[in-house]
Amino acid sequence: MRILVIAEHDNQTLKPATLSTLAAAAELGSDISLLVAGHQCQAVADQAAQVPTVSKVLLADNPACANQLAENVARLVLGLAEGYSHILAPSTTTGKNLLPRVAALLGVNQLSDISAVVSADTFKRPIYAGNAIATVQSSDAVKVITVRGTAFDAVAATGGSATIETVSADCDVKQSCFVGEELASSDRPELTAARVVVSGGRGMGNGENFELLYNVADKLGAAVGASRAAVDAGFVPNDMQVGQTGKMVAPELYIAVGISGAIQHLAGMKDSKIIVAINKDEEAPIFQVADYGLVADLFEVMPELEQKL
Amino acid sequence: MKILVAVKRVIDYNVKVRVKADQTDVDLANVKMALNPFCEIAVEQAVRLKEAGQADEIVVVSVGSKSCEEQLRTALALGADRAIRIDTDDGPDSLSVARLLAEVARTEQPGLVLLGKQAIDSDNNQTGQMLAALLDWPQGTFACAMTVTDDGVEVTREVDGGMQTVALTQPAIVTTDLRLNEPRYASLPNIMKAKRKPLAVIEPAALGVTVASNIRLLSVEPPAGREAGIKVGSVDELVDKLKNDAKVI
Ligand SMILES: Cc1cc2nc3c(=O)[nH]c(=O)nc-3n(C[C@H](O)[C@H](O)[C@H](O)COP(=O)(O)OP(=O)(O)OC[C@H]3O[C@@H](n4cnc5c(N)ncnc54)[C@H](O)[C@@H]3O)c2cc1C
Ligand SMILES: Nc1ncnc2c1ncn2[C@@H]1O[C@H](COP(=O)(O)O)[C@@H](O)[C@H]1O
Repeated sequence: MRILVIAEHDNQTLKPATLSTLAAAAELGSDISLLVAGHQCQAVADQAAQVPTVSKVLLADNPACANQLAENVARLVLGLAEGYSHILAPSTTTGKNLLPRVAALLGVNQLSDISAVVSADTFKRPIYAGNAIATVQSSDAVKVITVRGTAFDAVAATGGSATIETVSADCDVKQSCFVGEELASSDRPELTAARVVVSGGRGMGNGENFELLYNVADKLGAAVGASRAAVDAGFVPNDMQVGQTGKMVAPELYIAVGISGAIQHLAGMKDSKIIVAINKDEEAPIFQVADYGLVADLFEVMPELEQKL
Repeated sequence: MKILVAVKRVIDYNVKVRVKADQTDVDLANVKMALNPFCEIAVEQAVRLKEAGQADEIVVVSVGSKSCEEQLRTALALGADRAIRIDTDDGPDSLSVARLLAEVARTEQPGLVLLGKQAIDSDNNQTGQMLAALLDWPQGTFACAMTVTDDGVEVTREVDGGMQTVALTQPAIVTTDLRLNEPRYASLPNIMKAKRKPLAVIEPAALGVTVASNIRLLSVEPPAGREAGIKVGSVDELVDKLKNDAKVI
């Protein structure tokens, strides 16, 4: 069993999603290579080498990999794949973009977003917006898998000293190029890794009113999320969407404010440890999953909550 | 330019699916079915490109049993010109779907293939990427904006950190995210017209593809249940519960 994990990073830091994926990998075996593909990303390889779970870091430092373009990175991974029984990546937008392409190049299927490892060839994964959990067995020669971060506890980030092996590859396939990006910058914790998440829905009314949530979030050291309706209405940017087709979160505490609780939203947050719902409609489906429900006008209770925390 | 759009018949997004008592699969008997919402967005995008004079023909393809002709007709009513159904059992695996679509693309030679980013039944999010790999074409996944140029397409993608824009050569694969457009409703005259638009049925063998998967579904179980908790009467009570009972703040 030799396992290849694709690291999630921004050429400077190794992202926590990698550590959760490594946890899934560790359930499969102990010979784990971690591929850091990027450009001027030596710092990431150095961090990766400290992860005790990692046996070997493969560093592919190449301008063609600078922006994680799937066309180029898939070519690179294809060249490295020989001898590995499993290839894993986090099911982030980067992993989801890359791994199916790798699988098809290898002529195998991909298993998306697994939530449990049953054995070396059998895995669990949520389907139908998390309303069913499928157990699937793969007889493909290589298992290509994306891993749901919230389903695996991150492995330790430091304490190890893996070797770093440089791999070179001509992987610029010249089919795509990076034009630009607009990344949200925030001092708050990252949504998928936060211990507390406060999310707002259409009930917030407009973008300015999200201040009410930011104020509470700052008191709790929380990240702020949103429903699709709040994003579609332009209250907040798309990267805040929690749900079946947005981000999956499973914090210790999730506070849903002015969110009705559609199945697509629940799919992204119902694994949270404690759920609080604040909604003025006592029939709102969100109350069916909430540990603590407060039937109230959010504009009255959110300032009070901020003050009492 | 010709545009190929892959569409899938799935459970209606409003329906909450249930697991069968014997846990072999989910129960789809008598459940309302629909065009996958992301595929609807893909069809809409193709129609807009045609209306803008950037495309001259829209071909929609679905892989599945006869029942998915209903969704192909929906796509025709929304503005596609002709349809192809590749005849398989329901629920073919993604690699087979991608292989079949790749053969159709080789014959049809579109400048662009549009797919949904995700089918809301399997929640796979992989077919477009696989198709791109098999054709050795570039991919613009999770698109929230796209501009077709003379020899390429520029795609803005919804990524975890925000948005990323990439430029792709043509032909290219684009998968659609929620904010790419708002699909129209089919008008009654267009629904009538759609009934007379061509719909071809092709056997996988004719495309040289054998549909067989190495993935076996062993069982399907309901998710861990979540009991509704209690209602609190005030902010004070809420804060007290969170501090002293749940101990999360
Ligand atoms: C293909 C597809 C994918 C989707 N993916 C996602 C996804 O990933 N994530 C997601 O969230 N949704 C998703 N959706 C959308 C989902 O179906 C719902 O439409 C959406 O979650 C509703 O958002 P909401 O709860 O904010 O809005 P609404 O359903 O409109 O609810 C607003 C709530 O606010 C309450 N409210 C209003 N004013 C106040 C007030 N003053 N005080 C207190 N409460 C108030 C109301 O009582 C109501 O319950 C998807 C839909 C489709 C079709
Ligand atoms: N059986 C199918 N027939 C046609 N298109 C499909 C089929 N399955 C998936 N697709 C396309 O691939 C997209 C993503 O599906 P998936 O990878 O299964 O999540 C869908 O939105 C469709 O555009």
